[in-house]
Amino acid sequence: MGVRGLRGVARKAAAVAEITYREALNAAMCQEMDRDDSVFLLGEEVAEYDGAYKVSRGMLARYGDRRVVDSPISELGFAGLCVGAAMSGLRPICEFMTFNFSILALDQVINSAAKMLYMTNGQVPIPMVFRGPTGAALQLSAQHSQACESYYVHAPGVKLVTPATPADAKGLLAAAIRDDDPVAVMEGELLYNVRGEVPDEEYVIPLGVAEVKRPGNDVSIVTHGKMVHVALQAARALEREEIEAEVLDLRSLRPLDVDAILETVAKTNRVVYLEEGWPFAGVGAQIVSLIQDEAFDELDAPVLRVTQADVPMPYAKNLEQLAKPGVKAVVEACRKVLYMEVGIS
Amino acid sequence: MAPATQAPVKNGEAPAAGDERDPAASRLHGFSRDELHGLLADMLLYRRFEEKAEEAYAIGKIGGFCHLHIGQEGLAAGSIKPLRADDLVITAYREHTQAIAKGIAPRAVMAELYGRVGGCSGGRGGSMHLFDTTVGFYGGHGIVGGQIPLGAGLAWAIRYRGGDQICVCFMGDAAVNQGAFLESLNMSAVWQLPVIYVVENNGYGMGTAFSRVSVTEMEARSGAYGIPAHTVNGQDVLETYRFFEELAERVRGGAGPQFVNAITYRFRGHSMSDPVSGTYRSKEEVEAHVQGEDPITILRDRLMGAGLLTQEELEAVDAEARTASDDAAEFADASPLPDPSTLYDHVYAEINPHGRLFLDGRPGAPGSGPEGGGRG
Repeated sequence: MGVRGLRGVARKAAAVAEITYREALNAAMCQEMDRDDSVFLLGEEVAEYDGAYKVSRGMLARYGDRRVVDSPISELGFAGLCVGAAMSGLRPICEFMTFNFSILALDQVINSAAKMLYMTNGQVPIPMVFRGPTGAALQLSAQHSQACESYYVHAPGVKLVTPATPADAKGLLAAAIRDDDPVAVMEGELLYNVRGEVPDEEYVIPLGVAEVKRPGNDVSIVTHGKMVHVALQAARALEREEIEAEVLDLRSLRPLDVDAILETVAKTNRVVYLEEGWPFAGVGAQIVSLIQDEAFDELDAPVLRVTQADVPMPYAKNLEQLAKPGVKAVVEACRKVLYMEVGIS
Repeated sequence: MAPATQAPVKNGEAPAAGDERDPAASRLHGFSRDELHGLLADMLLYRRFEEKAEEAYAIGKIGGFCHLHIGQEGLAAGSIKPLRADDLVITAYREHTQAIAKGIAPRAVMAELYGRVGGCSGGRGGSMHLFDTTVGFYGGHGIVGGQIPLGAGLAWAIRYRGGDQICVCFMGDAAVNQGAFLESLNMSAVWQLPVIYVVENNGYGMGTAFSRVSVTEMEARSGAYGIPAHTVNGQDVLETYRFFEELAERVRGGAGPQFVNAITYRFRGHSMSDPVSGTYRSKEEVEAHVQGEDPITILRDRLMGAGLLTQEELEAVDAEARTASDDAAEFADASPLPDPSTLYDHVYAEINPHGRLFLDGRPGAPGSGPEGGGRG
């Protein structure tokens, strides 16, 4: 899962350090809390425990319990409290231990945060962040292993970013905190230990800018979040067959970098969408719809999707492996859109 | 910041509590004659306003859901009028009169019910989503209990900034069975937030009597979280006013969150689609409350009994309330519908320079280039 050498770090001869994704998120929060007193972090275990995944390590000592706040296990309640604080102009970072638990809070996310500005005719913006890991880790079984992007991206009023690398984690979380709308920042348990180069200096990546993580001319693997790493592995496997796959990391699902999608479609004419979630009404369904609406004539093959199997996540190791979208499935989908024989590699 | 309608009743100069009548000073319960007439005028305005809304709904000027507050005016005036202009109020969806009490002009409330640009939410919110943050009114929320964590959050922000305002968060009796209520009370107690939770206990959540969905009394609902419970008769505006005046100052002084069970009664159906008595309560029950517990009649009779109100004065106050309600409806009727070009306004506060925010492919969506939802 190493991401060194990726083009994820757009920088101008600035000082960089190789840190983990977890440390990059921490750096982004500290960067923003240093410059704006209205930013605070609230969630389960974020303070005295240093974060369930240690993302907020050291922040209680640095900012005190006014701004780094342990909440009761009350997802609906504390998410709503953060929305209420945002109604008043504060900029809460609401941490969900995982987005799985945020399903309890969806009333406040969808009915309050997403709709508030509209219902109030622009009087009440909700400048806040919902963040935490999404998707599956290892053998956490059905209730702790699901990708929640669709739930959030479905609602107008919410923005959503899915950083895949440490640099993107710092830059996108910083941008999310500065944004005047509710932004969900979906991370990944399996990403927290990933190392990569991250600028030391103030670093912000604008929302809505996808990035080609690996250029290629033959087929495009469009994806987001931790599936970027699966896509890169698939691209390396395809390279052995002399197929050059382009990996486009959307990074931001709302706003969505449509130009970047259309560019890669025009370049390779063959697209596979890879995502961690379920297929029905998944992110990929939207991308496929967009491509057929706006770039139908550029396509040399139907767009295929690689998703989680349409089942709850099983616990048993072999079944979990089977349910997850993996490198092999991506390689096969790529071969298929290239009209090559599948299942022989 | 205080609009003219915000504080018609001046505090202070009150005689000792329990001094019901002080004929020499023409006072009742510590209120001057002007103050008493002010409260009567407020409640009559709320009543006539709601009757006007009822009428407008019947002829199709108002659509969707419309929940009237008729019968509960004593609580609207008695709990909101004692607050400071910079105190915050957040509530559920039976909130027309609460919005007026906090300082939103009747015209702006009625225009919102009509779905017009002159409405306090620009016609985008409707009956259930009245907002005006300049007077500290934070809605108007349509999901039962959804406003309760938001109210805790408003109070959180007050405490975070070190302010001395308070937040008053209203809810119906049915909302106390929502998880949002329990979670919010607990957090408010843990963090000692400056918030008063007020249950407008009209006995029914839609058509379900509270006693059918709770084996504990309302007063018992906050004790588990260490929040003091109080009961007040919301039909008695004078008692309610004095109660909230005192409680608000205690919370302002750091007393922490409070829970108020305010007893009241809804004289109309749950919404316009529900007949006055419905299948869940008898005509006799409703009639008994209308006869015996109308907050306006109660105040009127006390004032007249104390020689503080004449029939002529009453008629004059009522005529003013009717005029203001008629005026609100005329204003609403004359206010234009929102411009179609504003459909996409205020979905996002910040249209990011990169990427597309609206995926419907329709022309006119911002952030999608000159051709709207097309190639960006």
